[in-house]
Amino acid sequence: MKKKSNKTFISNLITYAMVIIAFVVIFIMQENKMLSYSAKQLLVPVCVWIVMAISLNLTVGISGELSLGHAGFMCVGAFVGAVLTIICKKSIENEALRLILAMLTAGVAAGLTGVIVGVPVLRLRGDYLAIVTLAFGEIIRNVLNLVYVGMDMETGALAFGFNNPSLPGKLIVNGPQGVQGITRISTFTMGFALIIFALIVVLNMTNSRAGRAMMALRDNRIAAESVGISATKYKLMAFVTSAALAGMAGALYAMNYSTVTGAKFKFDTSILVLVFVVLGGIGNIRGSIIAATVLTILPEMLREFSDYRMLIYAIVLIVVMLATNSPAFKQFFDVVKEKMIGLFAKKNGEGDAANE
Amino acid sequence: MIRVSFLSNLINGISLGSVYAIIALGYTMVYGIAKMLNFAHGDVIMIGAYISFCVTQYLGLPAWVSVLASMLVCTLLGMTIERLAYKPLRSAPSLAVLITAIGMSYFLQNIAQLIWSANPKSFTSVVAFEPLRLFGGKLIITDEAIVTVLVCVVIMICLTLFTEKTKMGKAMRAVSEDKGAAQLMGINVNMTISVTFAIGSALAAIAGVLLCSSYPALMPTTGSMPGIKAFTAAVFGGIGSIPGAMLGGILLGIIEILGKSYISTELGDAIVFAILIILLLVKPTGLLGKKVNEKV
Amino acid sequence: MKKMTKFVSIVLAMMLVLSMGSVAAAEGALKIGFIGPLTGAAAVYGTSAMQGGQIAVDEINALGGLQIEFLPQDDEHAPDKSVSAYGYLMDQQVQVIVGCVTSTPCVAVADYANGDRMFMLTPSASSTAVTEGRDNVYQVCFSDPAQGAASAQYIGMNGLATKVAVIYNNADAYSTGIYQTFMAEAANQPFEVVSETTFTDDTTDFSVQVAAAKDAGAELIFLPIYYTPASMILKQAASMEYDCQFFGVDGMDGILTMEGFDPALAEGVMLLTPFSADSEDERTAKFVAEYQAKYNETPTQFSADTYDCIYILYEAMQAAGLTADSSFDEVCEALIAFMPTYSYNGITGSPMTWNEKGEVSKTPMAVVIENGVYVGK
Repeated sequence: MKKKSNKTFISNLITYAMVIIAFVVIFIMQENKMLSYSAKQLLVPVCVWIVMAISLNLTVGISGELSLGHAGFMCVGAFVGAVLTIICKKSIENEALRLILAMLTAGVAAGLTGVIVGVPVLRLRGDYLAIVTLAFGEIIRNVLNLVYVGMDMETGALAFGFNNPSLPGKLIVNGPQGVQGITRISTFTMGFALIIFALIVVLNMTNSRAGRAMMALRDNRIAAESVGISATKYKLMAFVTSAALAGMAGALYAMNYSTVTGAKFKFDTSILVLVFVVLGGIGNIRGSIIAATVLTILPEMLREFSDYRMLIYAIVLIVVMLATNSPAFKQFFDVVKEKMIGLFAKKNGEGDAANE
Repeated sequence: MIRVSFLSNLINGISLGSVYAIIALGYTMVYGIAKMLNFAHGDVIMIGAYISFCVTQYLGLPAWVSVLASMLVCTLLGMTIERLAYKPLRSAPSLAVLITAIGMSYFLQNIAQLIWSANPKSFTSVVAFEPLRLFGGKLIITDEAIVTVLVCVVIMICLTLFTEKTKMGKAMRAVSEDKGAAQLMGINVNMTISVTFAIGSALAAIAGVLLCSSYPALMPTTGSMPGIKAFTAAVFGGIGSIPGAMLGGILLGIIEILGKSYISTELGDAIVFAILIILLLVKPTGLLGKKVNEKV
Repeated sequence: MKKMTKFVSIVLAMMLVLSMGSVAAAEGALKIGFIGPLTGAAAVYGTSAMQGGQIAVDEINALGGLQIEFLPQDDEHAPDKSVSAYGYLMDQQVQVIVGCVTSTPCVAVADYANGDRMFMLTPSASSTAVTEGRDNVYQVCFSDPAQGAASAQYIGMNGLATKVAVIYNNADAYSTGIYQTFMAEAANQPFEVVSETTFTDDTTDFSVQVAAAKDAGAELIFLPIYYTPASMILKQAASMEYDCQFFGVDGMDGILTMEGFDPALAEGVMLLTPFSADSEDERTAKFVAEYQAKYNETPTQFSADTYDCIYILYEAMQAAGLTADSSFDEVCEALIAFMPTYSYNGITGSPMTWNEKGEVSKTPMAVVIENGVYVGK
């Protein structure tokens, strides 16, 4: 038993070390102006998608429920965070403090949405659960498209309207045109801090009593329930935590651009995050981090190919899935590997013989 | 007057729902047998519509030839996709197959854009006879609506007969019940799955032609939203069930149109999804879905 | 440990590739970046804009003199992708940007460009949020309020209808923007808005929207939307045998160029547009002919606006004493000073002038579609 916990401890340590080293290296490169303009711009989005992937992995990988509506929580977080920073622009001067406050509020708001969605949804199983999360994601986006918030720029008084844009003051949330006039305050350091926060939350939860209960429920629900593990409690715990983290990522995302609209958080975005999780390995947090990083940078690296960019992206996706999951491919690679090893061994052997 | 406009909405709903139903049949058959969500199905619809468009516009052939051509191309396409992308993953986790299907969907959309450009085509309806005028011209049932509903009913009857009566249909049902046992009984599982994909894709071609006949703007992304709606419809009716897909599709179409007419056009899609959620909470396996008892 | 080194090396390799993007400075050619949706649901607008720009660039390069290198980038109609495209173009050391094609991405990019001091001339991002508070962003298209108010005034002044219905895309900034200003102006006009319905980018069925207008007895339907959904609305109205006047804005231009479109459906449709591919103007005719020869399609106002963008930059930069060696911030400051004094004669308006906010002033033409061609009103 001790040996096993030791092993997870080391594995977690590697994950943390990996993130910290990558951060330090990139940070030094950034300070020394070694990064190109586009690379600098990608830093915050990469952090956002890493947090999204980590948080979804908690639901899909650890708790074993397929969620297709993760972008909905990100959407809630993005809107709440963006509105909060606009409101607090005058009262809180410090940008970092304002961002942290926005992320925390966004996390709470998305977490609450997670409770509202999770309670009914988690009664369902498998693909039915998946379609209902998809439905909720679309409803959240559809409803946010109808929200209008006006703010009096002098007094800071707020006015809310549902499907009614004629409000006093300047519209800060303008229905489908989204939130406008956000001051960009997201930084790479803050993104890194959020990744570490997400890692601490998710890794500690996975290695706690709760995490073991979640995994037991995932592997065999009936057996787990028969020994007194409450399915509702632990599944909801994973779902809400995951939603809250997605909300925080949404706030970080929103504050990286001057505008954020509901259209970004379509079903496609939920799928994109799911792709990170599956490609990185279901339940494998470190894999999620790597997959999110690679797949966020990949389309940007393909810009050289202009017309064929998204086509290549699609082919890469299919080939990678086939290569990592198909037994035929695996066999093929194993054979190649063995041959290569054999070849090297033979060569070395010959070399040794010649030396003698 | 209100009655007539209600009837007119109802008919529009049934017509839209029939298109959803034909697409949903493809989803549900593939799901039933391969236990996978084929997200590329919506894009096969789009390809089918493009083929039909090309045959009538560029080759100048009559509409029925274009429908046959697009069915043929889609059948081959569906079988090729299954062979290349899904078959190697038969024993892989279902999520891996899901992601491959999504990759395939991106692939089809982008290849369509390269071939036919992003410029929308205006699809010429494949049916052209006088619409039905009732109540002194107050209620008009379009020729497209009549054909769509009829085709939908015919397909439904044929499919039911096929799965109930033919050897292949029985094999399909056997494979969907228990793949291993079916194989032991001498059923060629790979072949059966291939045939299922072929039928599903041929249906997608018909759905594409009918969809674009009623709603004529054809673009590389045309299939994606109807695809998702049809997927919703298949779940609504109980995924894996053929009459369920039919019922789910038509109900979804009616709910969508009536919701938009009498509640709000802004919230149209939200209403559809909200009703889906409520239904699944009451009946967790959809309207006609089978309740699977878990084995301990 | 092995995996970690693997990861670090992947990141380093990627950074290396990304930093290689920054190549040497321009070799005698002016680098113009272009950002627009070239894939996804909005690809049609981005590609026609890009192709129009390419025609202008080809023409200019054939003249000799100042040469232009045109670098189009895809933004998938998403603000974050648009900013990435902008970053890529920055690495390519472009000196000025034509774009973005769509409003929401344009707002996001404009904010970055304003900080960097990069000049942006957008062919078609018509929202006021694009130019608001930014001195470096100029529009070649009408702003949304200009179009909405002008349409309401035109309908009112010419007494086209007393009962008007509006169908607009409530998931689109362009459409919603025009709708809001149309409604504000409609209050002062002698007609009544009897039905307002919406749709989104995902809508396929328009029967509800058209039926609502029909039941409310509208004589005219105002369509502040792009031509793809408009074509479906026209078909829907025809199949309901609902005979009414349709009135569109510049997004409606292009409907006649849709392959397979039956022009009979658009008979009698009115629209306010700055561009008409059938115009007898010599320059327009030349542009249309070149475009058709190269792309086998008819250009839309997106193509024409971008075509004008390139020429505006070409002329303005020479007039402002800039060369292919000027840095992007020099270009930006010089153009900001020059543009408000500049008057340009193009294919989407002549003359075109700009105020200091970056909004264009040009006169839209009201046209009616008769027998598949635009007829001036």
